[in-house]
Amino acid sequence: MQHGKYRFIVGFLAVPLGLYALFVIWPFIQSIYYSFTDWTGLSPEFKMVGFDNYKRMFDDEIFWKSLQHSLLFALLLPVVTISLALFFAFMINVGGRRRKGGPVISGVRGSGFYKIVYFFPQVLSIAIVALLFQFAYNPDSGAINSILRGIGLDSVQPLWLGDPGLALWAVMAVLVWSTVGFFVVLFSAGMASIPADLYEAALLDGASRFTTFFRITLPLLWDTVQSGWVYMGILALGAESFAVVQIMTVGPGGPDYSTTVMVLYVYQKAFRDGQAAYATTIGVALLVVTLAFAAVVMRLGRRERLEF
Amino acid sequence: MKTTETPAPVPAESGVPVAKVDIPAAGHGRQKKQGNVLNAFSHGFLILWAFMVVMPLLWAVMTSFKDDRSIFSSPWALPDKLHFDNWSRAWTQANMSDYFLNTILVVGGSLIGTLVLGSMAAYVLARFDFPGNRFIYYLFIGGMSFPIMLALVPLFYVVNNMGLLNTIHGLILVYIAYSLPFTVFFLTAFFRTLPSSVAEAAFVDGASHTRTFFQIMLPMAKPGLISVGIFNFLGQWNQYMLPTVLNTDPDKRVLTQGLVQLAVSQGYKGDWSGLFAGLVMAMLPVLAAYIVFQRQVVAGLTAGALK
Repeated sequence: MQHGKYRFIVGFLAVPLGLYALFVIWPFIQSIYYSFTDWTGLSPEFKMVGFDNYKRMFDDEIFWKSLQHSLLFALLLPVVTISLALFFAFMINVGGRRRKGGPVISGVRGSGFYKIVYFFPQVLSIAIVALLFQFAYNPDSGAINSILRGIGLDSVQPLWLGDPGLALWAVMAVLVWSTVGFFVVLFSAGMASIPADLYEAALLDGASRFTTFFRITLPLLWDTVQSGWVYMGILALGAESFAVVQIMTVGPGGPDYSTTVMVLYVYQKAFRDGQAAYATTIGVALLVVTLAFAAVVMRLGRRERLEF
Repeated sequence: MKTTETPAPVPAESGVPVAKVDIPAAGHGRQKKQGNVLNAFSHGFLILWAFMVVMPLLWAVMTSFKDDRSIFSSPWALPDKLHFDNWSRAWTQANMSDYFLNTILVVGGSLIGTLVLGSMAAYVLARFDFPGNRFIYYLFIGGMSFPIMLALVPLFYVVNNMGLLNTIHGLILVYIAYSLPFTVFFLTAFFRTLPSSVAEAAFVDGASHTRTFFQIMLPMAKPGLISVGIFNFLGQWNQYMLPTVLNTDPDKRVLTQGLVQLAVSQGYKGDWSGLFAGLVMAMLPVLAAYIVFQRQVVAGLTAGALK
């Protein structure tokens, strides 16, 4: 297999690697470099300013707010989403009532239906989902407040996205809504590969479903949960939170910066305020947060690998 | 998990009973009763969530058939009659037809490019030993965890200097570049699982490396290509951040961008019914495709995270 091997390797790698280096790797390196300059993005001239941008960032109140919100997104969203998804997936796959003559472990009736429906939001663009909920949250004519009026709660008419105390939670709820289904399906696939005799043994020992879940299902699913967690966290720090916050909240960034997140702040500084260098500085902070998040989750979640 | 080593599509119908063996019922009266209460409780939650998923979508479909006045006065009432004019207004006046066309062009081009370039790189990385192989592999993989927004600030100027800003082919190239990390990651794992004997036999018979790849390995990798193709198709079709930054020309807008822009401008014009028609128009093809190709879509989207 040696004949012409290197020519072939180079020929096959050159285009994809070149494209990737030019549009992905090179801009990343440039970004880090620009964070030490006073580049505006509007003119090609700039000079080195050392750590000035970083000093400015540490004194920037809005930066701290955006960091706080981003951390909340990365920590709370996966916990809520994955817990809900684990509960649903367990009920769908294992939670069914024992039917006479049926298998020991079975899903609830209509499990296939639930999986199809729960997955709907996953195939829609997050931009479309955000637009839809922007209208649903409308205090006067939106779907949510009008349901509240319909069930007699006329006095409970929150402003949702207009309320600085509520806006961030309203935005996070949308991300939960749109991602739970993906994890339900993901965990269902994982649960299907857990051998049934483990459940049988637990059942014979008289274990409740609660015990079964925590002693059998969760440990055996742990790898999937962990990688799902990292995946969700990265999305919640990046593209997804950008779309929902930018589209849904006023400003964008919410009343009194109550929903601004790091990724949005980078965008605004670079493309709205003409402070490209400062934007890359915040971007570097976002990179640090993302890598730290992934490292911590992988580290905390490290357990003995269970083979079955 | 052992299953994670094979990239074969996840069994789609995973809700099927895992065991066929029946054992004598261990259920005594108390346990049974507890089971029933739990059952009602859990079933209730499952139904509630299904409801919460479907209602906003149904509400959007319903609203797209109403006139503007009743959208505001009674959000949950059924439309008095089906206002199909909302849909035609959205399609023609609100430029939905252009947005669809742009999206199809961009996604079509980048999907083909991603699959061709991604499988070429993945094949070489999976099957050939050469200095720097690991380095290049991790360079690709690393792209999955970096925040894209950081690169987008200089990328805007890189693309601008090359004269590719606000062009369809420029957007295609950027989409391909940002789709490569996952594609290479997924397909490298896939090519590793394919038997090498067939390729060796072809090579002994005098086929070149290139020919072996296109005529033997690619057809063998079809299941993997389908999975990663669906994953990329949805990701690129639904992409919002990249076009928002790199594609600011109103005539070149893709679907997601166009809708957001429409929502902003309708704030002044007040054509909410037209906007909802546009939203539903953008939602329906993807949902319909999902329902038809349900198994493949689920396998394609979850396969990556399971590894």
